[in-house]
Amino acid sequence: MTDQTLLTASHLSVTLSGRPVLHDVAFSLSPQHLVALVGPNGAGKTTLLRALAGLQLSTGAIHIAGDALASLPLRERAKRFGYLPQGHVVHWPLDVKDVVALGRYPHGATDPARLTSSDKAAVERAMRATDIVAFADRRVTELSGGERSRVALARVLAVEAPIVLADEPTASLDPRYQIDVMKNLRDVADSGVLVIVVTHDLGLAARFADTVLVMSNGRLAAQGSPQQALSDVVVAKVFRISAYRAEHRNETIILPWAGV
Amino acid sequence: MVSIAPAARRRTVATIALVGLVTLLALGSLGTGPVKLSPLTVLDALFGGGSDVQQIIVREIRLPRAILALAIGAILGLSGAALQGLLRNPLASPSLFGAPQSAAFGAVLMISLGLADVRSWALPVAGITMAFLSVFMLLGIAGRNAGLLLLILAGLAISSLAGAATALVMNLSPNPFAALEIAFWLLGSLEDRSFRHVTLALPFIVAGAIILMSQRSAFRALSLGEETAQSLGVNVSRLRLLVILGVALGVGGAVAVTGTIGFIGLIAPHLMRPIIGHDPARLLIPSALTGSGLLLAADIAVRLIPSTSDIKVGVLTSIIGVPFFLYLIMRERRALGGGVA
Repeated sequence: MTDQTLLTASHLSVTLSGRPVLHDVAFSLSPQHLVALVGPNGAGKTTLLRALAGLQLSTGAIHIAGDALASLPLRERAKRFGYLPQGHVVHWPLDVKDVVALGRYPHGATDPARLTSSDKAAVERAMRATDIVAFADRRVTELSGGERSRVALARVLAVEAPIVLADEPTASLDPRYQIDVMKNLRDVADSGVLVIVVTHDLGLAARFADTVLVMSNGRLAAQGSPQQALSDVVVAKVFRISAYRAEHRNETIILPWAGV
Repeated sequence: MVSIAPAARRRTVATIALVGLVTLLALGSLGTGPVKLSPLTVLDALFGGGSDVQQIIVREIRLPRAILALAIGAILGLSGAALQGLLRNPLASPSLFGAPQSAAFGAVLMISLGLADVRSWALPVAGITMAFLSVFMLLGIAGRNAGLLLLILAGLAISSLAGAATALVMNLSPNPFAALEIAFWLLGSLEDRSFRHVTLALPFIVAGAIILMSQRSAFRALSLGEETAQSLGVNVSRLRLLVILGVALGVGGAVAVTGTIGFIGLIAPHLMRPIIGHDPARLLIPSALTGSGLLLAADIAVRLIPSTSDIKVGVLTSIIGVPFFLYLIMRERRALGGGVA
């Protein structure tokens, strides 16, 4: 294993009620990368993300910085993965700052009213990075969908984990917020974190990701740079579409165009 | 950094005020009855002053009753807050998983077998045993890693079973007096309870409370949903087991010595949310104090309300509690934007 590898998976399989959902998935990913995990509905993207976060029992091996994930206690695992689930549910009208402070839970800061100075600093950094300082004292239930998604992201960033897993963070957001969220995640990756993002938006994947993992029927159909992994052949085979491609300000545009 | 002082100060002030209120109500409970005593006389008698009669009234007759009201109200409030935190649902209450109903069945069985008079410990022991059995049944039916919906449905089945078993016992009771005794016992009362009841129930109530309090911070993480809580390092299936166990111990012990006292566990957290906020971890202690206050107040009220026969405290809490429950359902319906029926 080289210094440049943070997360590896080998022979990773998941079976849900007798049905194989993930089959023999293998990859190795480096820090300071934004990885887009794409694939049609039911391809196993969320399952893969949950297996990585330790939320889903799997066979095979996952190693993070050389440690086997299965051997890590729950707390330790929680310190290494920031997990952003779909939907950003908050069941009680808690204050925004208290929700973000829950990101320090794996570090032993279980009460937002009693944070150590390093916990406070981490919470502050996370709120500044996501630009939510202005509504730190508001209740999370009073915020708009876009604002709430930033709070959820801030909570994940406050963990200050080496790996961030985000499950469709741009779903149900307006175009502006989609770009904001992806830019936020890009900044997080640039700061040295390995960010894995599940998305249905091939355009956002091509534009913001360094690496794209394409899933199909529980297997990895392709992996590599956006150009390689989202080639015409792969897109036609996996998504059964053709895509319009262009360049804009030195960035790649992929626009799903028609079924094939 | 944002200041957290005002909210924290309000919580502290509210908690201290609650402690004061509960203390006053406890003194009131010691002073209320056929012989009315002033709070000063009560304090005097409590610490060995006053006449022999006053001492016996306060220390032997009314003190166990007040202690039970305090402890049982607290465990009901605490269990309610813990379950609402676990289920992330403001309509959850301690009776949800069938432990109180099962405890009531165990106690009723002892009454009908005539063991309650001979051995006063038979009743609580049977109640607590049944509460435990109900937990094992619940986990057996729903499975160790069951989701909440499954647990709730299994709890519904178990509480229905316990209710049916209780009805059967009443049905088979040898004479109408036994049936009447059971019926009255089920209504829930703190009358004529002695220190033996206190020593029987208190260890279970304290153990239940300790288990629930030890999980307090997990409830906060659980506000973000089970998946996120798990990803933050909370062992959610273990938490679920511990909460159900804590509720069964505490509420089982409580029901076994007093019969069923409803709605305190449901109401207490709601009274506190406007003052303390919605953080489920911070709600636990204020809800326990509110539960104590509510049960002490209700138990004073049943002694003051003039009526031809005694009004049972469980009846009073239900009569006040049910309209409140209906109000909550209506409010939830509006909050969820439910259709106009």
